[in-house]
Amino acid sequence: MNVLIDFDAWQRGLIGGLLIGLSAAMLMLFSGRVAGISGIVGGLLFNRDPADALWRKLFVVGLLLGPLLLAAFAGAPAVSLPTGWLALGLGGVLVGFGTRLGNGCTSGHGVCGMARFSKRSIIATLTFMAFGFLTVFVLRHGVTS
Amino acid sequence: MNASIETPAAVPNVALRNGLAALVVGLLFGLGLSYSGMTDPARVQGFLDLAGRWDPTLAFVMGGALLVNIPAYWLTRRTRTQPLFDTRFTLPTRHDLDGRLLLGAACFGIGWGLSGFCPGPALASLSSGALPVLGFCAAMVAGMALAAFVQKTPA
Repeated sequence: MNVLIDFDAWQRGLIGGLLIGLSAAMLMLFSGRVAGISGIVGGLLFNRDPADALWRKLFVVGLLLGPLLLAAFAGAPAVSLPTGWLALGLGGVLVGFGTRLGNGCTSGHGVCGMARFSKRSIIATLTFMAFGFLTVFVLRHGVTS
Repeated sequence: MNASIETPAAVPNVALRNGLAALVVGLLFGLGLSYSGMTDPARVQGFLDLAGRWDPTLAFVMGGALLVNIPAYWLTRRTRTQPLFDTRFTLPTRHDLDGRLLLGAACFGIGWGLSGFCPGPALASLSSGALPVLGFCAAMVAGMALAAFVQKTPA
């Protein structure tokens, strides 16, 4: 197996992951809720309950401000955006549809559900990981011509 | 303990406290996503590319998050009967595996592989104002709307 060795990236990943874990832990302690991004946004947009909307809105505001804060103090991290509009558009629809139908994404199932040892979340995480691996394999190593 | 917590007048305060907590929590989440490199779709696709030059960074992110959240969740659930700012824990109640969970996770995985974006990093990247991110998020909301429509119809 050919592994990209990048200790700096791994360290940033670990520290960033600890921050994400701390964030999820705080939401559970403060509000008793799961820090699942697709659930927070989906609930805000499609289950219009005014009593339940404020925390969702402010979470999203914070989520948007986080990277700006980092960029202001430490400079923006390198980002190389995909350019294919078909992959972005189709990918976006599948991500939105799939996370709502499957009740969660990388944060809700991966970070929060797995921490609760939820059977549904562990199965969901294994499933979306497997299909992610498969899709990139077909994209990059499949027969293309 | 505030005795007025059960009166209707206290309800806006509950919403406000939860809202302010969510602002801080969201900020920390966005900071973590950005610092970890997960707002870079190329890095995420690098993780998903097992047959290429595999980039394990995402595993460190997931591992770091679970390292904190597993003991924290355990501790919160065992030491508290209710959260600090709210009256009860709001947790998923289902334990059964069903077709929608698997189909949804499979669709999500394919979309994740195609784009290198999942919902958190995509939304966090919106603040960059980049057009491809905007396009992805618009498509994602359309997909969510489609799921909301499908879920209204009986299985």
